[in-house]
Amino acid sequence: MSVEIQPGSDRIQPVDEGPESARPWWLKQAFHTGLAVAVIGYFFGHWLGNFLASGYPQNGLSDSNDVPIVLGYAFAVIGWLAGLGVFNDLGRLVIGKPMHDVEYAPAGGLAKYFKFTLDHKVVGIQYLFGMITYFLTGGLFAMAIRSELLSPTFHLLSPSTYLMVVGEHGTMMMMMTSIILGPFGNYLVPIMIGSKRVAFPRLEALSFWLTPAAYIILLSGLLFGGFPFGWTGYAPLSVQAGQGADCYYFAFGLMGISVILAGFNIIVTIVNYRAPGMRWSRLPMFVWSMFTVSFLMVLAAPVLVGGAYMTLLDRTFQTAFFTNTLGGSSYLWQNLFWFFGHPEVYILALPGFGIVTEILPVFCRKPLFGYRIAAAGMIGVTLLSFFVWQHHLFDSGINPDMRPLFMLTTELISIPTGLIFLVAMGTFWKAKISFSVPMLFALAFYFNFLIGGISGVFLSDVPADTTEHGSFFVMAHFHYTIMGGLIFAFMAGIYYWLPKLTGIRLNERLGKLHFWTMFIFFNSTFLPLFALGMAGMPRRVFEYARNLETLNDWVSISAFCLGVSILIFLINVVMSTLFWREREVGNPWRSRGLEWQVPSPVPPSNFTVVPVVLSGPYEYGVKDAPPVADLDPPAGVISGAFVGAGAGPGAEA
Amino acid sequence: MSVPVRIATLLVAFLAVVAGAVFIVVHYLLGVGGPAVVDYTSAASGGQVNVVLQEDAQNSVSSKPDWVSYFVQNPQTKQWVHTTLFKVPANTRVNMTILGYDGCTPLRNNYFSQVEGTIGNTVSLQQFKDTGKPLGPARNVSVVNSWSHCSVGHTFAIPGLHLFVPVASPNAQLSANSLCGDSPCTAGPYSLEKFSFMTPKSGGEFRWQCFVPCGGGFLDGNGGPMQTIGFMTGFMTVAS
Amino acid sequence: MAAEQAAPAQAEPRHGLRIFLIWLVLALAADLVIWFVWAPHMPPGDMSDSARHQQFDIAVLSVTGAPVILAVWVYFAYALIVWRKRPGDEEDGPPIDGHTGISLAWIIGTSVIVLAAFVFGTVELVGPAGAGAGEGPAPIWKISGITTAAWTPGTKDILQVQVIGQEWWWIYRYPQFGGFESTRLYLPKDTPVEFHVTSLDVIHSFWAYRLGVKADANPGVDNVAYTRPEQLGGFTVRCNELCGLWHGAMFNSGSVVTQAAFQKWAAGVRATEEQEGVIAALPGYALTYDPTVIRQLGADLVKVTGITGGNGYYYSGAQAGTPGPPVSP
Repeated sequence: MSVEIQPGSDRIQPVDEGPESARPWWLKQAFHTGLAVAVIGYFFGHWLGNFLASGYPQNGLSDSNDVPIVLGYAFAVIGWLAGLGVFNDLGRLVIGKPMHDVEYAPAGGLAKYFKFTLDHKVVGIQYLFGMITYFLTGGLFAMAIRSELLSPTFHLLSPSTYLMVVGEHGTMMMMMTSIILGPFGNYLVPIMIGSKRVAFPRLEALSFWLTPAAYIILLSGLLFGGFPFGWTGYAPLSVQAGQGADCYYFAFGLMGISVILAGFNIIVTIVNYRAPGMRWSRLPMFVWSMFTVSFLMVLAAPVLVGGAYMTLLDRTFQTAFFTNTLGGSSYLWQNLFWFFGHPEVYILALPGFGIVTEILPVFCRKPLFGYRIAAAGMIGVTLLSFFVWQHHLFDSGINPDMRPLFMLTTELISIPTGLIFLVAMGTFWKAKISFSVPMLFALAFYFNFLIGGISGVFLSDVPADTTEHGSFFVMAHFHYTIMGGLIFAFMAGIYYWLPKLTGIRLNERLGKLHFWTMFIFFNSTFLPLFALGMAGMPRRVFEYARNLETLNDWVSISAFCLGVSILIFLINVVMSTLFWREREVGNPWRSRGLEWQVPSPVPPSNFTVVPVVLSGPYEYGVKDAPPVADLDPPAGVISGAFVGAGAGPGAEA
Repeated sequence: MSVPVRIATLLVAFLAVVAGAVFIVVHYLLGVGGPAVVDYTSAASGGQVNVVLQEDAQNSVSSKPDWVSYFVQNPQTKQWVHTTLFKVPANTRVNMTILGYDGCTPLRNNYFSQVEGTIGNTVSLQQFKDTGKPLGPARNVSVVNSWSHCSVGHTFAIPGLHLFVPVASPNAQLSANSLCGDSPCTAGPYSLEKFSFMTPKSGGEFRWQCFVPCGGGFLDGNGGPMQTIGFMTGFMTVAS
Repeated sequence: MAAEQAAPAQAEPRHGLRIFLIWLVLALAADLVIWFVWAPHMPPGDMSDSARHQQFDIAVLSVTGAPVILAVWVYFAYALIVWRKRPGDEEDGPPIDGHTGISLAWIIGTSVIVLAAFVFGTVELVGPAGAGAGEGPAPIWKISGITTAAWTPGTKDILQVQVIGQEWWWIYRYPQFGGFESTRLYLPKDTPVEFHVTSLDVIHSFWAYRLGVKADANPGVDNVAYTRPEQLGGFTVRCNELCGLWHGAMFNSGSVVTQAAFQKWAAGVRATEEQEGVIAALPGYALTYDPTVIRQLGADLVKVTGITGGNGYYYSGAQAGTPGPPVSP
């Protein structure tokens, strides 16, 4: 165990930048140097690509050479990371110098957020800002889609622009795979387990800095005419598509790498860095969800990266992985993608479960009902999610006897998912429920996810799926589970934890207005989509049957109102953090969570000494329950907790 | 940060977002910079309108010189416009003339060598030499044989009206060495096809496309110009 | 972490019973409305046997799902009203952290429902010959009927229709009528139909909504789906898999007509196409469509550096640009 059990003996030191601190700000490595080297890298890669591949007859015939774009982006990303200083410690290792120690970022100032900072709290805030930006950008694309769908005959956008917007919307939303693990996981998991740091701070910071690169690359697809295959990238359309498709595969691949690194770091941190007394049976539910979701990330995302790589090879150097006419198979991409794609949607759903099961006991003032059941539910979902992917392929012409099998596994996965509802309902029994803004969002999560989950059962049934597959019914299902589930949980998390992260609380009245408008308009936007799908409207179409126009108009207008509610949220965040700044330094929710026992915002080293955990976080109402942790244990207590644990820096204390 | 600095940052960020949104609206939604719509509604008379198109093997008017492209003739100025968008009135007999300058490419599906949906289910076909003189008389054909000879250049199809017309390529003998290489073509051998169809009584936008996959270098030939409005696919707007 | 029994105080209302009763009333009402009022109108209708079975399937799922949803909603509503925090009450609630009996009952209950749904779904999949979904090249659940080389009305012959998706229209091929192709889909009533769905280029998906048939069209793959139209009328065919620019416009309509009318139409089109030599120009009927083999040319067509493309490269080098007789039918 690498817990620092000897106070003061940890390797983590306060910041000492050495000679670098004498340089002017614009010479220190940060966002701007990253950008500069990225641009240089792009031009170099582009030149290299033209040098290598402009002579191929395919490129001459099509007037589009994909190699310079791909190589340009590759060198741009390497340049971006190099300019940020990501490779500096690696370089030092290689030439034999000692690496910089992991530093605690100082408490004040904003410069640290624009640099390759290794403090997990800084990375969490960076992720928060990034993820909100990606969500809002994706949302703007959604507004464009709904504007086009107002009329089946009058076309606001040209069909190619519409396809481009549809693809960008879906893929941009997938850039938010780490929407909870990134900000909340990275910031809070070490504190919740009583650790002062994460296991791999450099990997964690790297996982963040890949996301702006992926975002920019994805948006640059607009300049190349976009990609015509939505977010699923089916071959052989993907091999036929123009240059915008390279942006999609490259950005998605980068996102996959970021997700793998983030998950890997969290797993090792949770396994190795728990404070003494933080047994597995005392782990907060949010940490359980981060733990299980990280396994999904680490095991599923590599398949996406591999598939994206293979498609790029098909597009640039004319390999034939996915091309039927040349000996490949279009089914190969479908299976690779969905083998990633199904765990991906559980990567999106599980953190939502974690947040709401974390929040519920606090606002019910009762222990969590069935702690082990909740953990089992999350583990069950994680395990089973690898065995269901062919339900996306029921009508594709897969082996017919696969379909009852995958119908069974998909139906089975609703059992562990249902356990999350059991836990919630049990926690409500004879509770004292208060309706703070985070609790409202958590309740809405359950409402929405129920509808999303039951519609999933409809989809898992193969005969019913014949009508529902690829229609707006599927769209309604996944928007209910992802937006109604994950995003509402994200909002719950923000309202709950922003005081912890920044010491500032969000305005409550605006919060309630945000909640009610978002909940009402979310349901009014997505509930009719079930009907539209059942009435025969396929996905991703810009023309539809005339008699569906009224329903589509209702949905579009609701969507615009939903956009307004998100705007209310944005206004709340901006005004509360920039101008009103209502301080909140204590424990406003009277939570027993370990993260609430330290001041807000969390001090640079998290804890002055590593705490000793004395009881679980959900012991509300238990008479004479010990406090969650002892934050200032007397000398010898910590080392005493490790009698017989073997060598450690404090063993001789 | 002091309050004025915060206000300034907020203002700058807000203006950046507004600028981006304005750009997107102007460029994508209002179609500034996209292909123009050639309006034939004022050229109609007596319930009929004559529409003239040509298709060329290459084009010298876009950033994609190797891409095949259709051109539409402006009825008033008789100039060739690089677009595939045109507007005709409703409930009108459209007499369409297509000049085919591009050489032959096999049909992916030979079903489309049949003429379907025109009045009489035939087209009138005549071949012309590069001097502009006809090679032979105009004949009414219901099939343009593409399977035993190299004789179909492209097709013009409005699937929503069940209109499918194969556009012949210029005579193979003549075009062996002298296919028109720039655009819009004015010299070089070409095929001349004339056919007619009725536009429906109610208005609407009808997409039209070519069914010959000529997007060389793109997998299966359906990428590139085949999927780009302004080249080999477009809209016929029926104005009611 | 031992599970504690929640012992309701004597004066306290029987919450569980109340919730159960409210739920029972609402669930019964919902199920009755769903089954008797809504079910006959549920998608996708009853125009064909696969559609009818799907309609029944969706109705049963709705009748099962509605009580589940209502159970959660009723409980939530009851809890949020009855157990909300009263103002001024800052005490914690009772320390109930689990109940083995209830958890076990829940797990068993949900498992039973799920497994029953699985069995029901499999029965509805197998019974109606695959429920109209594409079964791939080797279907297991076939429709009852006789496979013959020519289709005769009034018999148990299965009508074979090949659906060819290409960017961006549907073509239908009838092998039992000489292999003619048509852009219009006509089907005879009360006849078992075997669709062979394939594609010439990218992945499309053949969705005949009111027939309850959906099968992806993959290049080089034969995807078989079955149905049996039982009512006359029109139906829409939409492409259900994003296939490029005009995916949204790739829809047309088909018709179910009487067997005699269908026979007349098919024979007529066959005669026309044979007379014009079009059928002879099509590749021989095969379960997947290979456009590079044309019978009259008798040779494979050339591919440019491995990627099949246009620009005249379909013909072999010897034939490209070869002077030939003037164009004539």
